[in-house]
Amino acid sequence: MKPVSAWGRLSNDLHDVHVLTDRAHVAPVLAAHRPGLAFGNGRSYGDVCLNPHGHLWHTTGLNKFMAFDDATGRLVCEAGVLLRDIQRLFVPRGWMLPVTPGTQLITVGGAIANDVHGKNHHAVGSFGDHVLGVSLARTTGEVLSLDWTQTPALMSATLGGLGLTGVIVTAELQLRRVGSPWLRTETLPYQGLTEFFELADASEHDWEHTVSWIDCLAGQTARGIFMRANPMSAPQAAAMPSLKAVLAAHQQKTQSQPLRMPFVPPLSLVNGLSLKPFNMAYYELQKLKSGFDVAHYEPFSYPLDNLQDWNRMYGPRGFYQYQSVVPREGGQLAVQAMLDAIAASGEGSFLAVLKTFGNREAKGMLSFPEPGVTLALDFPNRGQRTLQLMDRLDAIVREAKGRLYMAKDARMPRDLFEAGYPRLSEFAAHRDAGISSAMSRRLMGV
Amino acid sequence: MQHIVIIGATSAMAEHCARLWVQAAPVRLTLVGRDEARTRRVADDLRVRSPQSDVHVMTSDFVDAAAIQRTVSHIVNQAAVDVVLIAHGVLSGQGTCQDDLLACDAALQVNGVSPVLFAEAFAKPMVATNHGTIAIIGSVAGDRGRKTNYVYGAAKGLVSRYAQGMQHRLAQTNVKVVLIKPGPTDTPMTSDLKAKGQKMASVEVVAQDIVKGIASGKPVVYTPGIWQVIMLVVMHLPRFVFNKLNI
Ligand SMILES: Cc1cc2nc3c(=O)[nH]c(=O)nc-3n(C[C@H](O)[C@H](O)[C@H](O)COP(=O)(O)OP(=O)(O)OC[C@H]3O[C@@H](n4cnc5c(N)ncnc54)[C@H](O)[C@@H]3O)c2cc1C
Repeated sequence: MKPVSAWGRLSNDLHDVHVLTDRAHVAPVLAAHRPGLAFGNGRSYGDVCLNPHGHLWHTTGLNKFMAFDDATGRLVCEAGVLLRDIQRLFVPRGWMLPVTPGTQLITVGGAIANDVHGKNHHAVGSFGDHVLGVSLARTTGEVLSLDWTQTPALMSATLGGLGLTGVIVTAELQLRRVGSPWLRTETLPYQGLTEFFELADASEHDWEHTVSWIDCLAGQTARGIFMRANPMSAPQAAAMPSLKAVLAAHQQKTQSQPLRMPFVPPLSLVNGLSLKPFNMAYYELQKLKSGFDVAHYEPFSYPLDNLQDWNRMYGPRGFYQYQSVVPREGGQLAVQAMLDAIAASGEGSFLAVLKTFGNREAKGMLSFPEPGVTLALDFPNRGQRTLQLMDRLDAIVREAKGRLYMAKDARMPRDLFEAGYPRLSEFAAHRDAGISSAMSRRLMGV
Repeated sequence: MQHIVIIGATSAMAEHCARLWVQAAPVRLTLVGRDEARTRRVADDLRVRSPQSDVHVMTSDFVDAAAIQRTVSHIVNQAAVDVVLIAHGVLSGQGTCQDDLLACDAALQVNGVSPVLFAEAFAKPMVATNHGTIAIIGSVAGDRGRKTNYVYGAAKGLVSRYAQGMQHRLAQTNVKVVLIKPGPTDTPMTSDLKAKGQKMASVEVVAQDIVKGIASGKPVVYTPGIWQVIMLVVMHLPRFVFNKLNI
């Protein structure tokens, strides 16, 4: 038995951990240690990857590549491979993962089980749109080959299926061509949500990556920074010889040890005293950068990956992340209402991220992304006060007919989950009876 | 292309060393394992990482001297060897070894006798060409016997003393012998220890130290480096202090 936390560090319960290392032996391990749950790299914030006092099947030992076709960009690999390892190997060869979230320190299995999204959802959809097939081990001991034509229902249940349909052992992914590791970026400060939506709409066509940071303490004025970026082609990058030196410096930096939060401070470093100045300073700093620039994809897309264990700065009680999506219609009002509720509560959020999703339905039965606008917020855990604030946010999301993201959740009530995920009963039929998580028991009863 | 041979290629440390090697430059790799399917899975991974590398897979018995001789002869007949990394081992529980003489015998064979036989078999052809590096993974456990793992430690101690003698023998040649002594490392072999809360080095870091140590031809490589200091202290503790420690 070993204590295991998710990224939010809200709990540290004992788990009976079984390390999966050989893909040929996954099914027997599951059959011998059930009921249990797959655990990837623990980058989910809440309880979706936890099974307190029960079995946990650790997948990061399943980290082998299996095949790659240089002509088509199809990659077959084990499910514990980190997205970072795929990117670092294939970007220099001109291929990249079409979708990555705000950290690349997650596993392929975790990316599929939460059907993760990135800053380019409006252009290319979510991770699952690029998964061609998987092999799935069930706790009965069988291993199934899934794809979209032979087994569409189980495929659609497994994508975004929170690990509840079986353990993904291997996956076939479609990579996309890239000309360089560089992005051409533009940073634009904005005032108020109306301006944000104007920028988002205007960018949707011509910009592949869009995201914004918003100062959620500013209330009505809701000022923020809008960032957009496009990949640079090889000739564009070659026309900028100065990039070579920057790339060399970057590679040097990423090969040395990353910075690390050295200890858990006794109190959260994120508090009323630090937040306001931080948000102001961040805003002013980013504003200085407004305009066009060129960025390497790593620092642009994964700004926190070089600060290891940054989640410790929230202190020993951990933190919640709250990510919702609400439909575009009424979306602006709902987001404004959430920002107002946060400003009124005085419970700050460090970095609030606001972004629009494109007009496409996800393929997974329980996938999070849907057309609309998504707001993601971090809250240090201050007990009852924090929970009450999130209850108020729930009411706004419910009213707006939105949903919360399970990868981030640790506390949503069952009725909000059921209202947000209408394909839940369809999903239930595909579950593996030998798999259960803290979240599935909380939200589905088993 | 360098020809690198890995004995025990499915071990996590060996696998990560191989990843670093193919990442640095295309190489000819000969992977030797006990289990063909598992060794093939390692080979496939390395081929994706480095399509220009030339990866070969072989299986061998690891405790039968005649089989070891056949395996090594076959390898050196295919292509001259630049580096051989002898990496296999099993962490047999001390309790099991005390209770069961057969388990004790097996642990001594696999962790001690077998690496020595492989090294000896490679030495001859490498001395003949006067070129190459023989790297053997020992352990800090071989530095001083302790009640919690002295059967494993004794086997690794055999490897240490053997490497030392071989370094003496080959001192006047261009063949280098590198003895690697990892501390507890986070691998499948140690997952029980990890479950008990023991702090461990990551296998990536250890692999980096091994690859660097082999490249520089250092006679002894402690990894992570801090273990050199720790073992210096442990080895020099007077017996009356040492015997009171629960380690
Ligand atoms: C800094 C940061 C930024 C983030 N940004 C984004 C973002 O922009 N967009 C976004 O969508 N998400 C984002 N996330 C969330 C993260 O992408 C997801 O939580 C992801 O699923 C974590 O993957 P993991 O490998 O760590 O899996 P875990 O968190 O360990 O597990 C996640 C789920 O996957 C299941 N699972 C894991 N492996 C397997 C397997 N092999 N087979 C079956 N089920 C499996 C687990 O049971 C669990 O249900 C972010 C997280 C962090 C820490």
